[in-house]
Amino acid sequence: MVPRTTRRSIVALGAGGLALSLALAGCSAGDSDSDGGAVELSFLVDNGESTVSTAEALAEAFTAENPDITITVETRPQGADGDNVVKTRLATGEMADLFQYNSGSLLQALNPDQTLVNIADEPYIDKLDENFVTSVATDNGVYGVPMGQSMAGAMLYNKDIYADLGLEIPESWDEFIANSEAIKEAGVAAPIVQTYGDTWTSQLFVLGDFNNVLAENPDWAEEYTNNEAKYVDQPAFAGFEHLQAAYDAGLFNEDFASATYADGVSMVATGEGAHYPMLTFAASQLATTNPEATDTVGSFPIPGDDASTFGLTVWMPTYTVFVPQSTEGAKLDAAKQFLEFLTTPEACDIQAEANAPQGPFVVEGCSLPDDVPAMVSDLQQYFDAGQTNLALEFLSPIKGPALEQITVAVGSGITSAADGAAQYDEDVKKQAQQLGIEGW
Amino acid sequence: MTTATATGRTATGRTATSPPKPAKRKPMKSPYPSWFFIPAGVFYVVLFLVPTVASFYFSLTRWTLFDVEFIGFDNFIRFFQEPQLVTGFINTFIYAFLTSGAKVVLGLLFGVLLSSQIIGRGFLRATIFFPVLVSTIGVGILFKVLMDPFDGPINETLAAIGIQGPGWLTDPSIALLSVALVDIWKGVGLATLIYIAGMVAIPQEYYEAAKVDGAGAWNNFRHITLPLLRPATVTVVLLSLIGGLRSFDLIWAMTGGGPGFTSDVLASVIYKQYQAGFFGLSTAGNVVLFLVVAAIIFPLSWWLNRKEADQ
Repeated sequence: MVPRTTRRSIVALGAGGLALSLALAGCSAGDSDSDGGAVELSFLVDNGESTVSTAEALAEAFTAENPDITITVETRPQGADGDNVVKTRLATGEMADLFQYNSGSLLQALNPDQTLVNIADEPYIDKLDENFVTSVATDNGVYGVPMGQSMAGAMLYNKDIYADLGLEIPESWDEFIANSEAIKEAGVAAPIVQTYGDTWTSQLFVLGDFNNVLAENPDWAEEYTNNEAKYVDQPAFAGFEHLQAAYDAGLFNEDFASATYADGVSMVATGEGAHYPMLTFAASQLATTNPEATDTVGSFPIPGDDASTFGLTVWMPTYTVFVPQSTEGAKLDAAKQFLEFLTTPEACDIQAEANAPQGPFVVEGCSLPDDVPAMVSDLQQYFDAGQTNLALEFLSPIKGPALEQITVAVGSGITSAADGAAQYDEDVKKQAQQLGIEGW
Repeated sequence: MTTATATGRTATGRTATSPPKPAKRKPMKSPYPSWFFIPAGVFYVVLFLVPTVASFYFSLTRWTLFDVEFIGFDNFIRFFQEPQLVTGFINTFIYAFLTSGAKVVLGLLFGVLLSSQIIGRGFLRATIFFPVLVSTIGVGILFKVLMDPFDGPINETLAAIGIQGPGWLTDPSIALLSVALVDIWKGVGLATLIYIAGMVAIPQEYYEAAKVDGAGAWNNFRHITLPLLRPATVTVVLLSLIGGLRSFDLIWAMTGGGPGFTSDVLASVIYKQYQAGFFGLSTAGNVVLFLVVAAIIFPLSWWLNRKEADQ
């Protein structure tokens, strides 16, 4: 064990090296002097079309209200490459004044206590949904406000196909497979769409099944964090099992190995595919590529083995805005003002207008417009009936980074469900050790 | 100024004592004083020596960029327990030896072709070298489109003549080979260039003498060209093998190591760990990669060069 002080300086050395290389690359973070009260903030968001348009609309509205503060939107890649950018820029103190990132377990990996500005004492925190606050908090503070709505990991389906074949919403896995077989037999569409050209889309069978896991064992998330519950055992194993079963039954679209997320959404919109397990943020993709199908594509929870526990797995807003500790002085005040602005109904309306809503808002006083896409309005009944559970990533800080490759392997018939689950348990262990969680 | 002279003098003093013969004019004396090396030395230490030493240290830690915990050899143990790692190791060797072998054979054949008196030789030489100049990522993305199993031009062309093309990048059994194929296409130009340079250097007298002795084309190639191209072959083998062992960009652009883990190589396994924030673990992986490359290249280089010296 190296003594604490040396460890610190070594970290500083490593980080300094990174900073040096960034400086050498000629990358200068906008250090404009704020004179005359005018403040210029940079705002780093992912380069998704909908994220950028929402961020720009918000920035514009905010500047209209506060003429002294201008906000410049910068972009970064999505997915793991984007994670890299965020982590590196935070570690080197080169982060933009505001940035958008995920809540939940991904946030925990940023070491928020040491890198982000704690906003626990701000008055507007009380206006946020309790589940959301949990997803952006550590034991020592609260760090983010939402930019967007909550959403669900659900089975998107084509309502026309269901109407034509006289099918009903399946409430158990067996009913779901029976529906899929009926669609296969009718030959009208690919029963289940999978899109491994974008590997992250492969995780829904596992992640979206979490409501069923919790229904079976309400303490599962805690046991999982404490190294007691594993994916190789039921109830969590069911997700992997179902993925393999669907592949084995030949229910996937022919081009599942190369199709992309955008293809998948289009397929279920045009009726080429009947089901697509996906997060309901697909509503914005749908509005962009197939606006005519917003009422055709509905959603229902991913069914588990037991029909009595049928319910939604809910994600807190993935687009969450944080302020890094490198933002100081007048910029910090301006940044906090922007965070407060995000918790107003006015900001919610801008978000709903800039982008098709993907689920209910988590800010008090915000409501969805009337003309939301069917896949979002279909969710409301489960929220009203209380048939929802949070996704695992908001209940535990641990999410193994290799899940998407593992689920691709299981869903392509390369790995068995049992082997895949065992590999994922190892992956989870690695992440837990890296996070320094007790008991691993 | 004074310090510089002083250090300069000590340096000369040391070199003067080391040679056994008391040379009258300090034979080993460097043409430059020591201060002349300082700029290069500083950059070398900061940019190469410090990171190298630091990487060996960080490979023994659990490192989050914010915090470091010393954990001994745990990273190496964990790295070797990675389920993908065995696949990654095997794939790395398949990929490296396949691309290297193909570049030697094809490079040699193209070299013979393009050093002959062929029409449009300059143009043909430029054409084969062109892929080397293009960005690897660009090539990767282009071929990902070309090799799409359903809408890709390659399979559409095959379909036009009645052949059902395979899922080049999506079929787990051939994904790695497809990438290797593109790598060969992209890299063979460099091998060809080296071979052409080697062939041009062979004196024409040998061929004339062989002609007098009645040697045919095959004998010319087998007994003159091939042996005299040995230095070129050594260069091509070493360069392409090192390139193949640490290959990453093309694989990442085309398959991302997928489907699943089936086309993962050492470098992509390491990169994924870096992406996931396992900085200590991925540094350990890089140390492993360094050792593996060194363990293959040093003996091979020694062996190839010794053979050359024997002749």
